Amino acid sequence: MRIGTLTCVAALLALGACGRSDPNLNQTGANPDLPGVRETLVPPMRIAKPVGWGDAVPTAPSGFTVTALATDLQIPRQMLVLPNGDILVAEGRGGGAPRLRPKDVIAGVIKKQGNTKVESGDRITLLRDADNDGRAEVRTVFVDGLDAPYGLAFVNGYLYVANQDALVRFPYQEGQTRITASPEEVTKLPAALNHHWTKAMTASADGQTLYVGIGSNSNVGERGMAVEEERAVIWAIDPTTGARRTVARGIRNPTALAIEPATSALWAVVNERDEIGPQLAPDYLTSVREGGFYGWPYSYWGKNLDPRVKPQKPELVATAITPDYALGSHVAALGLSFATQGGFGGTYAEGAFIGQHGSWNRQDLAGYKVVWTPFSAGRPSGPPVDFVTGFLTEEGRARGRPVGVTFDPAKRILLVADDLSNTVWRVAPQR
Amino acid sequence: MRRQIGPVGRATRAAYGVLLAFPVALFSFAVATDIAYLRTAEMQWSNFSAWSITVGLVFGGVALVCALLALLAGLRSGRRAPRLLHAAALALMCLLGLINAFKHSQDAWSSVGAFGLILSILTAVAALVAALVAYSGAMNEEAA
Repeated sequence: MRIGTLTCVAALLALGACGRSDPNLNQTGANPDLPGVRETLVPPMRIAKPVGWGDAVPTAPSGFTVTALATDLQIPRQMLVLPNGDILVAEGRGGGAPRLRPKDVIAGVIKKQGNTKVESGDRITLLRDADNDGRAEVRTVFVDGLDAPYGLAFVNGYLYVANQDALVRFPYQEGQTRITASPEEVTKLPAALNHHWTKAMTASADGQTLYVGIGSNSNVGERGMAVEEERAVIWAIDPTTGARRTVARGIRNPTALAIEPATSALWAVVNERDEIGPQLAPDYLTSVREGGFYGWPYSYWGKNLDPRVKPQKPELVATAITPDYALGSHVAALGLSFATQGGFGGTYAEGAFIGQHGSWNRQDLAGYKVVWTPFSAGRPSGPPVDFVTGFLTEEGRARGRPVGVTFDPAKRILLVADDLSNTVWRVAPQR
Repeated sequence: MRRQIGPVGRATRAAYGVLLAFPVALFSFAVATDIAYLRTAEMQWSNFSAWSITVGLVFGGVALVCALLALLAGLRSGRRAPRLLHAAALALMCLLGLINAFKHSQDAWSSVGAFGLILSILTAVAALVAALVAYSGAMNEEAA
């Protein structure tokens, strides 16, 4: 991809500045190094050109093996393991916010280069691998005709699906391979524009509450703040009545939610803002504090002001919570799953798997892998380590891009949805 | 001796005048919408500016190409100074307009800010200078 080079040349001509990253900055963990805000006339853009996997498969640490559990899906995003071990895969692409500026037209064309050309599935596929041999002996279209489904949860005999515009549910009988019942709407979800359309979801440990992440309608308020009503928030929804309250605000794009098993606390991975430098602002993993404000759009990583937002709200910024754990800038964390019931054991007993879709807003590609963040007593306890890699070739081309990750404690496998190659990868200990 | 221009020449000059009207109007309009944005923080004004500047740049770019070709074709003609001034003003307008288009592609307040407004004013002034030279007829007069 030469667009990056071209934009750099243009930026150099225009401003004498090109977005180079400083490799000495540590941008992960509780206290990431934060460089100053660096705006360039042309944002550094580098899209990893898709090349496909061929005969290759992702790389896992020694002692693990990676195989494709399902291929030729229609944009797999998040997954759910049902009580009987069946695996559900939500497939689709949402969004479609109108293009308001010349930039929206141009950036849209460029970013498309890094994505799959497959049409949105708008469905959920069921995979059954009852003998856990890595081959799905049953594969069916479980539910069809959805609207960009993303978050999935199973509570009290119902499958809950977070479409991009509404939370719906279906009654489920154990062993079902196809649902024909019509969806019952639990509540509508904010859907105007849907600049960030993914509606991440998880159920509380007691099954009494569904948490749904609702991303912002812009990078940093450039569509006006009127369209940001109930955006960049996390809702808590009563699964039976649909009543909801907002538990967190200013949380730019919470793309995956999960319950930490030791404390039963809600955690989220959140995608932060673009175009203030290759190393700003870090995407993060955080526990979600009831009533908390996480800064967007006024500030990032706690109380660091974003100069692009006017008017500012200093009294609100004063309350901004610093997230728990940085994952790196522009890595685009889209998947979060905690190891439960001892995980894979050893160093992978307690912690979280995090799928990172990969960057566009920096010259040195970041993300494009699944990392493991160790936990101890319900808190992150060390730097992230690579767990599944190989999504990039040595030339910086993309074989795949990881999205949702799901650890299945019963089978002791990790599932990784890859929305570029349209594959679900299965990572398992070697027998 | 004065050379008469024919209907084709007259139509060409008229068409060039119409072409020049676009950057003049659009770049001037962007100054007004930039000011409106800076006074209200209403994004729609900044979006108006972004489109005005982009489209102004498209028409201005075509005008610049025409002006440079005319300059090359008329290298031996007498009145080179107005043509040079016109082409230089257009070139400056396109350069500033291009930088300004990138500036206006930044998000929220950064899409305008003080730098964006200054660029918009300078671009509009360059467009006005280029157009005034053209519309004065100075470029078309033969050497005495």
